[in-house]
Amino acid sequence: MATVILQDSEIAARRPSGARISERVQRLLWGGLFLLALFAAWQLEATFGLEPPILLPSPAEVVGAFGDFFSSPDILADFAASGQEFLYGFLLATAVGIVLGLAIGWYVKLGYLVDPLVTFLYAIPRVALAPLLIVWLGIGMSSKVALVFLTSVFPVLINTSSGIRSLDSHLLRVARCFGANDLQIFRTVALPGSVPFILGGLRLAVGQALIGVFVAELLGAQHGIGAMIENAGQQFETAMVFCGLVIFAAAGMAFSALVRWLERHFDAWRV
Amino acid sequence: MSLPSQQAERPAPPPLGAPEDYLCARQLSVAYAAGKDGGIVLAIDRIDLSVRQGELLCVVGPSGCGKTTLLNAVAGFLPISSGELTLKGKKIGRPGPDRAMVFQQPGLLPWRDVLHNVTYGLELSGKLAMREVIARGRELLALVGLADFAHVYPHQLSGGMQQRANLARALAVEPELLLLDEPFASVDAQTRETLQVELLAICRRAKVTALFVTHDIGEAVFLADRVCVFSRRPGRILREIRVSLAEPRAEARLTPEFLAYVRTVAEALRAGKGAAQSETS
Repeated sequence: MATVILQDSEIAARRPSGARISERVQRLLWGGLFLLALFAAWQLEATFGLEPPILLPSPAEVVGAFGDFFSSPDILADFAASGQEFLYGFLLATAVGIVLGLAIGWYVKLGYLVDPLVTFLYAIPRVALAPLLIVWLGIGMSSKVALVFLTSVFPVLINTSSGIRSLDSHLLRVARCFGANDLQIFRTVALPGSVPFILGGLRLAVGQALIGVFVAELLGAQHGIGAMIENAGQQFETAMVFCGLVIFAAAGMAFSALVRWLERHFDAWRV
Repeated sequence: MSLPSQQAERPAPPPLGAPEDYLCARQLSVAYAAGKDGGIVLAIDRIDLSVRQGELLCVVGPSGCGKTTLLNAVAGFLPISSGELTLKGKKIGRPGPDRAMVFQQPGLLPWRDVLHNVTYGLELSGKLAMREVIARGRELLALVGLADFAHVYPHQLSGGMQQRANLARALAVEPELLLLDEPFASVDAQTRETLQVELLAICRRAKVTALFVTHDIGEAVFLADRVCVFSRRPGRILREIRVSLAEPRAEARLTPEFLAYVRTVAEALRAGKGAAQSETS
């Protein structure tokens, strides 16, 4: 009797993690199968030649285009240009967004001061600022970094400040009760409490920054993945366009995964 | 041994810092602005109260009678309006680590494990090296029976365990005075009884002076060396009742003496209610 109970409790203890694993496998399986089916349909379409390759190249041709692109002499310059625009713009947006967002959330009066401006800027489609940035900063790297910065800074800033504003007032009271000064409250309550908000903002900012990279390169660039897509499009090298799109998608997924990894790392305390 | 009647008749208050007056309120009134219309609420009206070192004083009263206001004033969250409020002869000012507060909600920092929640107050004061802080934290976890849960996050604990961690956090800073604001009101009845027994044992062992606010008469009688019955708002002290029960108190709960004390407190409360009812309704 006793052994039976023991086994039952063992099974009960194991079930959750087992269920989680099979759920994950199922998710990957279904998602993967669907993608495979799409690719198969796409390849089938190309085999029967329903659309001319200039409109819809076959998957094999896209793979071929990858080969061409990766053996072309421009690839390093393209990756370096887009990578720099993305990284500089995104890192600047992260730094400015977090610092400014914390300040706006923490100092109520500062919030009153800048909130209208932030709302105004956020309401403008940021890519519409591109022509202005080119007039101000020229056609080089700086205007592109500026555009990436402007597209991606707002999610970080707005999320961070709302994270600070929605702190648990009871925790603040507890901290005060233990005689914490403002800096200590900031360090021990405000900052850790808003980390989930900040990371959520970063995840949104990744997508926005990639839009910034593409639009910036659209308006006059010699190198970059976006410029490559634009050129390929103009020359009807449709397979190369697809190749560029895949690179953009891969970059977005990779950076999102990085942020999600950070979220898991910092959110161990969450339910 | 200051009974309220004696205190009221005292011609002149003794000098501040008299040994029996550890925490001392004289003619203390506290009012605060309430709501958006900025109305002033007089929460406490000219009370005299003294707590001796090592004593556990329970304040009972109907809700909204100013019990919590008294705690907030002692903690330094609320400025006093008139009278005097002193701890060890010194005027009470801003919140500080000499007074630790235990609220009804545990208020543990969700991103810290239990051990680092308990050491939170110590870290803030910055008086000890981190190794000593951790050692002290472990001591207190053992004291409240959470030694095995040092590296667990608060959301993984039951309500009663969270409240124990909360208590340990308050005790960790070795406060002169422990302020408890209905700390067991939101745990289930059985856990509450256990926690009461443990609190009593911990207070005796750590020789803590405590001011405990509750609306639960049984709890007050069980824990207190002295029970202070508050009237409806504005809070005045209706009666002070010295409680002496046979030790250990854990077994005293259903004894005739215990029930007699409960009745005394309940009658004092009811008398206050009757007096106020004619005014309000």
